[in-house]
Amino acid sequence: MTLPSYLSTVVDAVYFVAAVLFIWGLKRMSSPRTARRGIIWAGLGMAAAIVVTFFLPGMHNLGWMIAAIVVGVGLSWWVGRRVPMTAMPQMVALFNGMGGGAAAAIGAVELIRFNAALQLAMNLSAARPETAFATSGHLGSVELILAFVGALIGAISFTGSLIAFAKLQGWMDRRFVFPLQRWVNLAIFAAAIACGALALTAGLEHHAFAWGLLVAFFALSLAFGIAMTLPIGGADMPVVISMYNALTGLAVAFEGFVLQNEAMIIAGMVVGAAGTLLTQLMAKAMNRSLGNVLFGNFGAAGAGEAQEISGALKPIDANDAAVMMAYAERVAIVPGYGMAVAQAQHKIWEFARLLIERGVKVKFAIHPVAGRMPGHMNVLLAEAGVPYDLIEDMDDINPEFPNIDVALVIGANDVVNPVARTDKNSPIYGMPILDVAHAKNVIVIKRGRGKGFAGIENALFYADNTRMLYGDGQAAAGELVAGLKTLDI
Amino acid sequence: MITGFLALYIFVLAAFTGYEIISRVPVILHTPLMSGSNFVHGIVLVGAMVALGHAETPAEIAIGVIAVLLSAGNVAGGYVVTERMLEMFKASRPAASKDQAR
Repeated sequence: MTLPSYLSTVVDAVYFVAAVLFIWGLKRMSSPRTARRGIIWAGLGMAAAIVVTFFLPGMHNLGWMIAAIVVGVGLSWWVGRRVPMTAMPQMVALFNGMGGGAAAAIGAVELIRFNAALQLAMNLSAARPETAFATSGHLGSVELILAFVGALIGAISFTGSLIAFAKLQGWMDRRFVFPLQRWVNLAIFAAAIACGALALTAGLEHHAFAWGLLVAFFALSLAFGIAMTLPIGGADMPVVISMYNALTGLAVAFEGFVLQNEAMIIAGMVVGAAGTLLTQLMAKAMNRSLGNVLFGNFGAAGAGEAQEISGALKPIDANDAAVMMAYAERVAIVPGYGMAVAQAQHKIWEFARLLIERGVKVKFAIHPVAGRMPGHMNVLLAEAGVPYDLIEDMDDINPEFPNIDVALVIGANDVVNPVARTDKNSPIYGMPILDVAHAKNVIVIKRGRGKGFAGIENALFYADNTRMLYGDGQAAAGELVAGLKTLDI
Repeated sequence: MITGFLALYIFVLAAFTGYEIISRVPVILHTPLMSGSNFVHGIVLVGAMVALGHAETPAEIAIGVIAVLLSAGNVAGGYVVTERMLEMFKASRPAASKDQAR
């Protein structure tokens, strides 16, 4: 440890306060009323921790440091301000990946320093290697092990999150599967562990290890993050991002231990645990185990053909659809990510208000992973001004669908696909869905005939009581509004 | 120095804390909360600064700069994005605004 063991009391105190503020802030963030102040408290703690770090004894490279901070903060701030709400999940993935990469890089710096010091000491006292440790060993055994583990986890989280980002951003084919993929991935992981273990064993015995081992360890860890994320389908991405979030937290905690930094240990560990729980909650909302999400898709390639879907797509025009809903008693609006992409939520809310004025009972039915993450759709509807009491969770609205006259599906696909209940070969089999198919009539607003995010055909669209309203979400919603207005003339 | 069992205590207690904080969160806040915890692990910036602060060779400095750059992005991005989401929640929080309207 190059930092003197007597870190100045002020810095320690500020780190302590920062750690408390993080926990306090997260606690506040878990209730809608106090959430905003929560992030501000956590932000204050963070700012204080960053500022005092400059005053740690023996800090060099301050020019580089300030430049990197200014550039990093500036770019992220700029992007974060501009990105639309619909893109939030991939932004979380991107920023999370950066954190993981930073943790891995910290591990790399510490390991390089450790090894370089060992080599130097070996050269000086080749006859008595044990003295090497005394002169070089700023890392004890536990620190050394955690430096490797933290670097491994951080590197996986880094590339994995970047792949998740690219997939959600639509820069990448949705799934990438080939035969024996599971074994290839396992081999990459085993090789990464092996390289790390070899270097680690040498380090523990106070021998310098070959640089090649360290390079291979990092390269393989990074490769594993990519390989592991590639075959996972887009619909499962929220769970994956949440898991990488937890992993980054763990990596930060471990590297914090290497650097003997309490704030990092506590904050990282809190995020690691909170993220793990959040991951479980999300996986549960999709009725899948984490293992199934991570490894379930490998089998899908050879699992046989999806069930044939029979029937035809039956179009309807906007006026007829508007009339149908105007004279209905109960209407459920089922929004999906597509609605938000088309920026149709404002028009849809206008349409819903017109229906409500006519005495129609309107509800919004939200799937737990509508949008791209649990709660994402609530954020998007809140943005449009939809009151909270019109929004129903899946569990509440599903029993009501048989009493609903018209279900208007806009931009949702996989979360209303009955195949999830019926077709064991389908990649989304077992995922809980909104039972839209049970409504008396279904109208689906859809841009074209394409498949959903999971890349599967939707049986709902072919059902006898389903009509397709083709068009861009916003335009279609506008036509619906116009259709309602002409009724009143 | 934090060593041995003291470190273990910190790890375990922090883990329980994280678990407890999240366990009673309504679904509507899952996305902002994930983003918020993403911001909190941005504390890695402090570690990156320490790593860069005592880096000596060009390779160490280069990797240290990358670490600081990435973690600075994590912190700033995480904060902005979380704050934007939560701000919206507050503005259009329906229960409250409705009560006021009546």
